Amino acid sequence: MKSILSVSSCGFVDDFLRIEMAVGQNVLRKEGFEKLTGAARYVDDIALEGMLFGKTIRSRIPRGRIKAITFDPDYDWSRVVIADYRDIPGENYVALIENDQPLLAETEIRHCEEPILLIAAESKHEAEFAARHIGIEYEESHPLLTIEEALNRDEIIYGSDNIFKSFLIARGDVDEGFKQADHIVTGEYRVPHQEQLYIETQGMIAIPGKDSLTVMGSMQCPYYVHKAIKQLFKLSDEQTIVIQTTTGGGFGGKEEYPSMIAAHAALLAHKAQRPVKMIYDRAEDIAATPKRHPGVIRHRTGVMSDGRLVASEIDIVFDGGAYATLSSVVLSRGAIHAQGPYRCDNVRITARAVATNTPPNGAFRGFGAPQVAFAYEMQMEKIAAELRLDPLDLRRANMLREGDITATGQRLNWSVGSEDVLNAAVERSGFVGKRRAISPNNNGSKRRGIGLSFFFHGAGFTGSGEAKMKAQAGVEITPEGRARVLSGSTEIGQGTRTIFCQIVADELGVNYDDVEIEEPDTSRVPDSGPTVASRTCMVVGRVVQLAARDAKEKLIRFVAERFGEADVKLIAGWFTARGKRLASFGETAREYANLHGDLRVYACYANPPGVEWDDDTYTGDAYPVFSYGAEVAEVEVDMDTYEVTALKITTAQDIGRAIHPTLAAGQIEGGTLQAVGYGLFEELVWERGRIVNNRLTNYIIPTSLDAPEMETIIVEKEYPHGPFGAKGVGELPMDGAAPAIASAVFNATGAFMTEIPITPERLLKALENMPAPQSVDNHDQQ
Amino acid sequence: MKITFQVNGVDREIDAPPMKRLLDVLREDLRLTGAKEGCGEGECGACSVIIDGEVINSCLAPICQMQGVKLLTVEGLSRDGRLDPLQQAFLECGAAQCGICTPGMLISARYLLDANPRPTRDEIKEAIAGNLCRCTGYVKIIDAIDRAASTIA
Repeated sequence: MKSILSVSSCGFVDDFLRIEMAVGQNVLRKEGFEKLTGAARYVDDIALEGMLFGKTIRSRIPRGRIKAITFDPDYDWSRVVIADYRDIPGENYVALIENDQPLLAETEIRHCEEPILLIAAESKHEAEFAARHIGIEYEESHPLLTIEEALNRDEIIYGSDNIFKSFLIARGDVDEGFKQADHIVTGEYRVPHQEQLYIETQGMIAIPGKDSLTVMGSMQCPYYVHKAIKQLFKLSDEQTIVIQTTTGGGFGGKEEYPSMIAAHAALLAHKAQRPVKMIYDRAEDIAATPKRHPGVIRHRTGVMSDGRLVASEIDIVFDGGAYATLSSVVLSRGAIHAQGPYRCDNVRITARAVATNTPPNGAFRGFGAPQVAFAYEMQMEKIAAELRLDPLDLRRANMLREGDITATGQRLNWSVGSEDVLNAAVERSGFVGKRRAISPNNNGSKRRGIGLSFFFHGAGFTGSGEAKMKAQAGVEITPEGRARVLSGSTEIGQGTRTIFCQIVADELGVNYDDVEIEEPDTSRVPDSGPTVASRTCMVVGRVVQLAARDAKEKLIRFVAERFGEADVKLIAGWFTARGKRLASFGETAREYANLHGDLRVYACYANPPGVEWDDDTYTGDAYPVFSYGAEVAEVEVDMDTYEVTALKITTAQDIGRAIHPTLAAGQIEGGTLQAVGYGLFEELVWERGRIVNNRLTNYIIPTSLDAPEMETIIVEKEYPHGPFGAKGVGELPMDGAAPAIASAVFNATGAFMTEIPITPERLLKALENMPAPQSVDNHDQQ
Repeated sequence: MKITFQVNGVDREIDAPPMKRLLDVLREDLRLTGAKEGCGEGECGACSVIIDGEVINSCLAPICQMQGVKLLTVEGLSRDGRLDPLQQAFLECGAAQCGICTPGMLISARYLLDANPRPTRDEIKEAIAGNLCRCTGYVKIIDAIDRAASTIA
């Protein structure tokens, strides 16, 4: 980074070599042309010779056993290929953390969408037709469908207590803290399932080879699919080839589930010895694939009269669904973020993920943090209301600043933009003046309100995750005279391809247009870890940068020897020494390839020095760094219909450095609107363990007319160990809108919402139960 | 059933069952895969195309209704490998992220600008209200249509 900065400060090497940094510029998206002309090939756009269409037959009961499967003798079964668990060459599980989820049910059914059989046919229609001739008889058992039922333990469906995972985070002396406190405030908050609703449904094509298997499709994590397929089909690393096709949105929904659909397609392809395509329709996609974990979060907070937090007890329960999948890590992130960006010396956080007979919940942008953010921000609102403190002052009094220590004992040593984002959002929105202007007699049929939220998000894997993962990425110098990025990180709309090329261009000292990126194909790119956890730019981008730095040094040595020069630089695509050009990057690359073959350089991630985490005590540096956000929401509430309209959101987010400001703003705007949906509209309706509104007609996501006006402020508090100062941006915007809107609704109506989404029904109920905030629980009364 | 119609300025004849969805005819018979299926019930707009000057969801239209129509899909926007002003504005403004809604979004925007070359931001919002996007929050899409309108005008 230093070399780039010093070059940048020179500006000109000679009259012709002007340095144009790619980082910080809104260069054109690498794959933009294909996406704008309809030429981009998503998985369903690919048709292969001899390809069959696959379909999944799923359970229709939430819990029980399969008694019998019958095939109607009147149907000609030679027209289709049927696969069940007995066709799996390896062990019957989808590899993830616990390996507890079967690829296909054998006898036990643990949720309503459990896959049992697979059918492949010449057409989708034929597969559907065949499916209607299969009958499955069950012996039903009593299902556990809610968190409360799981905790009651009337039935045990997992381990000895229905608990997948639990965590304890403890700091200081909570009991002592509560003794000191002038006031104790309690609150209970509920958050719902949420569907990712990428517009491209899940899909995969599997192609059987002579002694290999290729799967291609829509996914975030090619190496997760690779790992699952290898095990299921007893194949080697090289025999398993996984290729990501252009992917129409992920948001976490294509983190773990693609392993399932890929292996289903692969099993049919393996049995049929023909390529098989599986594309879910919207109804199946919503019904069967993972959702954001619903949860119940309880806060008990000890507060001094001036607003200082002195004790905090938080209990989190997430519904994991029927299999362990990613619940342990979602819960871990939730627990670590539960105290919010607020100082408190005495903290005890307990967290549990329970098993229920519903489809497994999984990754969704934010990964446990949006749930706890709604709770900690509503708790701050409640504290402010009960103690009659200004909510903004309360946040300022307690916010984490540089040098402060978090609940896990992490000292925040660098890149803490907390104060900057809060100030920016408050000033830009005119929060204080607008809040004052909202009349106490806000009694008309349309009431205005303004509210705020303040939040943070750890970038990269939690705890020791990155140290164990050791993400790899590389840079290749091609014989055509270009640089090519080699990484398993995927483009899912967020801009991976573009920002990696920007990072490499500036690190090498070449033009953005001279950098390209390899397709995410496990036979051609190394394992950079999954494309999740706001880690692509900060973690993998850093590795890409290190690989480029190494490649540059190798080329410089090559040029130095060749020209007998000592101080060779690569600037703007030219190798120079003593202010003179020696050779262009392109011709040097070609020469190098002729003499030594292709130049491929790989690098590997290591945590910054001093970043330490202890898995046993759950203490230490939970993340190398946090990103910070503050959001002001302005709403209008219709007091006749109880509809809430989000009018405007002003958000300031500290992301270290925006490699590409337009793409970064796109992440913030898109994530914010998803969070508006979480706060106001998005609700799954369940009946006996099945989702009944699994359609776009009745699962409501925001349209352009529901979207508030958005003002986005990017704050750049550079992170010294990120590429050009960047940290994570992907998930942070998901954390802030729901509590900011609820805060604004509270301001507008006095209704204190403890549950989202704030539908008219829920708001009506809250208004009927007013006044909500209970009286202050004074310390002496205890 | 034989149907003749014009797709992106080219006369085409296809033979398909009368109730086959236009979307499937485009994607399977004509291999024009720009229009996407996001829901199959007219909610998401990813399959939008323009027929005789009207924007429709091609997942809801049977091919038997297409005899003699003039149809525009996303593939018909660019000419000779050059982006049209709308596509160029989408590219520059960052209006396409994952890109799956983009073909339908461009078609709705094209329809709007044909009818109303200088729309207000509210009119733009109204025009794309039938096209769902889960990536952008719509901000940069509205910016791009606004920019394209000022470029063309």
